[in-house]
Formats: sequence, structure tokens, C-alpha cells
Amino acid sequence: MRELTYAQAGLEAITEEMRKDPRIFYMSTDPAVPLMKEFGDKRVRATPIAEGALTGIAIGAAGSGYRPIMDWRQVTFSFVAMDQIVNQAAKIHYMFGGQRTFPVLYRANVGGGTRLAAQHCQCPYSMFMNLSGLKMFLPSTPADLKGLLKTAIRDNNPVISFESNRLLTTKGPVPDGDYTIPLGVADIKRQGSDVTVVAVAWLVHEALAAAEELAESGISVEVVDPRTLVPLDAAAIRASVRKTGRLVIADEAGPTAGFSAEVAAIVTEDPATFAKLKAPVKRVCALNVPIPYSPVLEDHVFPDRKRIAAGIREAIEGRVSAAAE
Amino acid sequence: MNLSPDKQRAMLRQMLTIRTFEERASSDYHAGKIYGVVHCYIGEEAVAVGVCGALEQGDQIISTHRGHGHCIAKGADLKRMMAELYGRQTGYCKGKGGSMHIADFGIGMLGANGIVAGGISIVTGAGLAAQMDGKGRVAVSFFGDGASNAGPFHECLNIAAAWKLPMVYVCENNMYAAQTAAAETHAMPDVAGRAAGYGIPGIIVDGNDIFAVYQAAARAVARARAGEGPTLIECKTYRWRAHTERIGQPDFRTEAEIAAWKQKDPVARLLAQLKDQGALSDPDWQAMGREVTATIESAVAFAEASPFPAPEQALEDMYAA
Repeated sequence: MRELTYAQAGLEAITEEMRKDPRIFYMSTDPAVPLMKEFGDKRVRATPIAEGALTGIAIGAAGSGYRPIMDWRQVTFSFVAMDQIVNQAAKIHYMFGGQRTFPVLYRANVGGGTRLAAQHCQCPYSMFMNLSGLKMFLPSTPADLKGLLKTAIRDNNPVISFESNRLLTTKGPVPDGDYTIPLGVADIKRQGSDVTVVAVAWLVHEALAAAEELAESGISVEVVDPRTLVPLDAAAIRASVRKTGRLVIADEAGPTAGFSAEVAAIVTEDPATFAKLKAPVKRVCALNVPIPYSPVLEDHVFPDRKRIAAGIREAIEGRVSAAAE
Repeated sequence: MNLSPDKQRAMLRQMLTIRTFEERASSDYHAGKIYGVVHCYIGEEAVAVGVCGALEQGDQIISTHRGHGHCIAKGADLKRMMAELYGRQTGYCKGKGGSMHIADFGIGMLGANGIVAGGISIVTGAGLAAQMDGKGRVAVSFFGDGASNAGPFHECLNIAAAWKLPMVYVCENNMYAAQTAAAETHAMPDVAGRAAGYGIPGIIVDGNDIFAVYQAAARAVARARAGEGPTLIECKTYRWRAHTERIGQPDFRTEAEIAAWKQKDPVARLLAQLKDQGALSDPDWQAMGREVTATIESAVAFAEASPFPAPEQALEDMYAA
């Protein structure tokens, strides 16, 4: 199978869908040059730096029959559009009783590894997961990104595509031709029997590396990649945990009220899954600080394969609880 | 741009309908039949009716938290509006929106909005869609003096001017952002002056003079349809009632100020003009009043006879298919 980078796969999804549907148009500060060349300045709009207005303009155009794509670029910039995301995009379909559809795709890069410090290395997707009314995903491979983007563009609701900064230049196999990946369906990236690691984005690859290393010690790790954050594939996550009896959650975001907390909750609140747990749930997350600039500091704050492996060992071998220490 | 007597009478009827609807909404709110909050538009009717009078069916508008007037002026169904205020299944939003979130996308009314300045971007997107459609449609953003101090106003005026969008931005300057006087919060007394910063026309009109409003809107709409870009119209007006109908809210406005503005009643002004023209007799005016009251009564009857939504319907309409 041919190989594309994560960024190329994203561009290919957008390009293919725009060729098929003239109602799609793209707005971004400094949009990708190949898009501008192919589709011209009316369908690919280089916008003023006004994310708040443009996020709302996308909603209004969607309600008027178009299928806009608004690229925030770094997720950081979405914060200046929070009214339009939280009060408008997430609620407009429900609040008005489902009168119109609002097919908008928002794109945002997330995650660290780029040495861009506190503002531009964030993983705030749980802030958006907490809203009712938005769908969102965070793929770990070029193929998943392409398939999910195509589904999102065809979806009749606002969808956020979170895309990993660390993965933009990484390559992976991408099928030829038109294919889609449904929202809300997890992918088992590695089968195993001793412990389940639920990871997203770059940490899927780190979890796979940890699993490879631990296999030498006879530990069999299953890696579950939810791919979609909302709706989250609770059934697949629970099924894996019922099989292995142990759960480690790896997330580039901090733990507090985060994606990892949500996964822990959906596993432990399900009686059938809870009954199969052999060990406490272990979270391997970023430390609870803004992301610092110096590589030494940044690398200390983000989790990696070593911390995931340590977390897996802890889940397997048990640990002294804080209360008993 | 002379208005026919028929059109003037229709405008008078619409203004009277807005006023009667809200008088009833206010009393039903205080009677506990309407929940949450109601923001009355009474005193500002000439703005919504004058602007919407210059629009065609396919044109789109967006409203504010004070949205009943815009809905009625764009032709919304009074029954479904009242049912929405009553929280009933037959309301425009099936009881999910209430007074602050009435929309009727079918008639180009893109919604009232609880966030000051929150609608300006959305309707600018409708204007972008209208431009891309190329059918000469326009979009109108209604907002207050308070919203003119918020970011979306400035961002959208710049974008609409840069892209020559077929937009009309209508500032309803009623001199107060909730309880706070515009004089305390605006760097310049006139909102229209800000248009200069975006290279577009900024027009000030007497917002209680429906002819002035209509003519300014008609010119702005013609300019937008011709592809010449947006216009900012500032309508100087006044709300007769407090910011909301909630009991006990402070209202720092003086009795004298309120009384002075009631002397400039937009309904009475149009009525007097029609009478001067011999276009409306006293019996005709009385008949109009009875008819309007009857339509409001039947809207209330419809709302009261309508069922509440089933509780489980709270889970419907999350996502479109």
C-alpha cells in the first residue's frame, strides 16, 4: 500500500471531498497552497485573523446550504472563538428544535513535541468533549485521519477534527480510492490479553512501542485507539477491559477532568466491566502544568513509552496504595 | 421611495402586533405562564418593521435577545411564537428555546440569541452564502448599542467590507446596554461613526420614524444587492420597559426620560401620518386594534391548548441525521 504523511492524508481528504461537492468551501489564515491553487480564492479563502467571527460565519453559511471547513490551525486559536463554539455551534441545532442542519468541519492541531511552549502545545479536547452537541475525533494514523475527515465533511453536524502536531510528518499506509471511517468506532491497534492501554494520537504509537518492549517480558498488551472522542466507543473499550482485566489510559493532556478521566469512568461505572477489573485503573498523562518551552522541561511534562511501560507494569504487578503508604 | 397606503397600513398593523404580543407576553410572564425571562421591544417597533419592510422573502435576518419584534416583522407565526414562550411542543423550537431563542429558518429568521453580539457572525455567514449563491439576496444583522462594543461587530464589519458581502448591519441604539448607559461605555456617541473605520457608509436615522428607517434600509439593501457591500445603519430609539420583565431589576433611567421618549411613540407617529393623509379612519384604526388583539388571543389560546413536550423529548434534536 502507498504511504502518505499524516498531513498529506488530511489534505487528500479535503481535496477529494471538495472536488465532489461544490458546496464545500475552506476558510483559514494562510490556507494550504495546493488547495488555493486547485480551487481558487472563493472556495479556499485566506481570511483575516478573526477566528471568532469566522467560526460563526461558518455556522451561518452552513445554515444557508453550504458545507464550510474552518481551519483554526493550532487549537490555541479556537479559544478566541469560544462563544461561537460553545454558545452557538454546539447548541444551534438543538436550541432551535432541529430546524436546520449545520454541517461545519473545524480543524485544529493539538499536542506537544513542537517546542512551542504553553500556548501552542495544548491538548484541550476534553474542554470540547464536555459540551453537548459537538462531535470530534483525534486520529493516530494517516489512514484514520483521511477516513474520519471524509466522514466528518459529509456529516450534517458541527464536527471538530483534532490533528496531532507530532504526527504531521509521520508516514503510514493509506488505501487507494474513496473510503470512510465511521465516527464512534474504536480500532484495536494491537491485540493482547494481560492489560488494555487506551491511548490517542501520538501516544498510540508510544503505547505500541511499550507493548513491543513488554512482550519480551511476557506481558501481552492490547492497544485500543478510540479515534473518535465524541461519540466515544464505550462498548469497545469495555469489551477490551473485560478481556484483560486491567486498564492503563495514556493521554497527552493533563488528567484533571480529562479524556482519561472519562475513559476511567465509563469503565468503572459499568458493573460487568468493573467486576472483571483485577487492578486499579492507571492513568499516564501530562503533568498538571502549562507546557514549558525548554526540551528538557517539555519532555519531562509529557508522557512517553517509558512512562506507559511503567504504568503497565504497575497495573500488572500491583502497587502499594497511597492510603497504605 | 414612497410607500403606498396599503404598505403603510400593513406596517402599522405589524408594529401594533409586536406591541400587543409583548404586552400579553409580559402579563402572562408575570402570571407565571411564561418562564425564564422576557425582553420587550416595545418602543423600538419602527426599526424591525421599517427594515424588514425593505426586504424580500428570501432575505435573511438575525436577531438579539430582544427578538419578538424581528420575528413578527419577518412574518413569523404568532401561534408558534407564543407556544414557544409557553414552553409547548408546538412552539418554533418545540419548547427547547423560549423567548430568547425563537428562530424560523423557513422565513429567513436565523434566530434570537442570548449572547450579545453572538448573532452578528452567524448572519454574516448567511451573507457570505448569499454572495456565493449570486441571486441578489441580502442578510441583515440586528444588534444593540451594547453589541457594537464587542469584538464580533468589528471583526464582521471588516470582513463584510473586505469581501463586499451583501450585508446590512442595523444597530438599534436604545441608549442602554442592559442597565448601563451608552454614554458611559462608548468612546464616541454615534455608533454609525465606526463605519468610517471600515470604509463603508454609516447612516444615522431616527429609529422611531418608520419612513426614515425604511428609506435608509431600502438604500442599504439596494447597495448590497448591487454587490457594493455592507452598510451600517444606526437607529436611535428607546425601549419603554426595563431591560427584562424580571421583577426587582434595577432601572436607572429617569421617569422624565422615559416619558419624553413615549412622546416619540413610533406607532402613534405612523398612525398620525396615516390619518393626516386620510389613509386611515378612526373606525378603521379601531377595527385594526380589535383584529390584532384577536390574533394575539388566538395565539395564546393555541399555546394554552398545546401539550408540553414529553420529558424524554429533551433527548431529541441533539444531532441532525
